[in-house]
Amino acid sequence: MTPEERQAFEEELYTFVGRPLHPEPKRSYDAVNEAMIRHWAEVMGDKNPAYTNAEWAASSRRGELIAPPAMMYAWNQEGYAVAAEGRPSDGLSDLVAYFDQHGFTGSLGTNVDQEFFAEAKIGDALFEDAIIEEISEQKVTARGRGYFLQTLAKFTNQSGELIGTQRFRVFKFIPPEAPPKAAASGASEELEVPTRIHAPRGQDNGWWWDACDEGKVLIQRCKNCQTLRHPPRPMCGECQSTDWDSVQSTLDGEIFSFVEMHYPKFPGYKYPLIVAVISLAEGTRIISNVVGIDSQDVKIGMKVKGKVEQVDEKTMLPQFYPVEA
Amino acid sequence: MDYQTLKYADVSVGDKLAALDIDISSSLISCGALATRDFEPCHHVPKVAQDMGLPDVFMNILTSQALMARFVTDWSGPEAVMKALKVKLGAPNVPGMVMTVTGEVSEKDDDNRVVTVNVTGENNIWGMHMEGSVSVQLL
Ligand SMILES: [Zn+2]
Repeated sequence: MTPEERQAFEEELYTFVGRPLHPEPKRSYDAVNEAMIRHWAEVMGDKNPAYTNAEWAASSRRGELIAPPAMMYAWNQEGYAVAAEGRPSDGLSDLVAYFDQHGFTGSLGTNVDQEFFAEAKIGDALFEDAIIEEISEQKVTARGRGYFLQTLAKFTNQSGELIGTQRFRVFKFIPPEAPPKAAASGASEELEVPTRIHAPRGQDNGWWWDACDEGKVLIQRCKNCQTLRHPPRPMCGECQSTDWDSVQSTLDGEIFSFVEMHYPKFPGYKYPLIVAVISLAEGTRIISNVVGIDSQDVKIGMKVKGKVEQVDEKTMLPQFYPVEA
Repeated sequence: MDYQTLKYADVSVGDKLAALDIDISSSLISCGALATRDFEPCHHVPKVAQDMGLPDVFMNILTSQALMARFVTDWSGPEAVMKALKVKLGAPNVPGMVMTVTGEVSEKDDDNRVVTVNVTGENNIWGMHMEGSVSVQLL
């Protein structure tokens, strides 16, 4: 898209803001009923008697059954036609089609926020009155480039009483060329377990990782002036010599500094995750993990001892344990 | 069966809810989608989900949301009145995973006797599936 094309695209795009999804509030196909509630409660494992136990409900403060609040949007969903014929046309499908025509074919629900003002009772008809509330500016996320769109739906009952509101946020984006290969196509119960993110191995550092795979932590040493250096690099910072060999670390060390990673959690890593700078007895420092200790007990200056371990199916790494005092 | 509902005065910010492990099966995903009247094929036809780059059918939003709501009302008891349910979605839930749901009371609104519980659902393969909060009015 050229800047001019994008401007034209966005000009029309933002005219969708404020448009209603339905010409008038859409009535649920079925009134709130015990059969659909029981079906829902069974699947969700929800044993709340306020939803399914009429006898209990009669003696409760409410005096009658209620619909699960989380079902609010379910009553007004389109039915089997979605699978058989595709989604029927409404204000939102027009916007989705506009995105799709311009390459923003990816679609990802990101947030659903519901607020409840009254409880729906058996026999209530729910009316959905929804608009396109917001379209963001163009954003670049890990999924790709696109726009967040948000709908606002208000649900009222047959007497016009407000049951609740719902804000639904969807990211419409340009998907990557080919979808990522399915981890285990067909075999539904076998999942590829993610591993840690690996460092790229090049000419200057590949030897270090190869040694790590064999259980050794090496420290690069200048052949000219004997200065140790880590992480690996081609030239000595002291004498500019490019001749080097290495020594094997005993992995005796001390915590120089550390952080605990809380958020975001990366797949393939075990939590709690302590990332520490360790001062090694040889005099260089290394970044690694501190394990085998409660994260609250990790302290700067603590003595640690490292072991090269297999931390997942594909990764060998030094891991540092506290040394008993 | 005797059902108890928590009293507002008995709950403190920082209270933790007992963690809940949920096995994510093809049945839970497909039946959950239908129970919430979500007939999108990606929740019941593996091939459609695979064409989207996923290994298998994946959980629909209204099931995730239902499980979060249930986690909190299991704790609060049946006379609690739900006031808000806010869910942010992360990695998909697909069959074969186990989702661990945890929660902690984060806020108390004395005027309305409403407590807010922050809830996280993490699956054992891809991590954070959902995070958000559920607010309930207690006795
Ligand atoms: Zn040197």
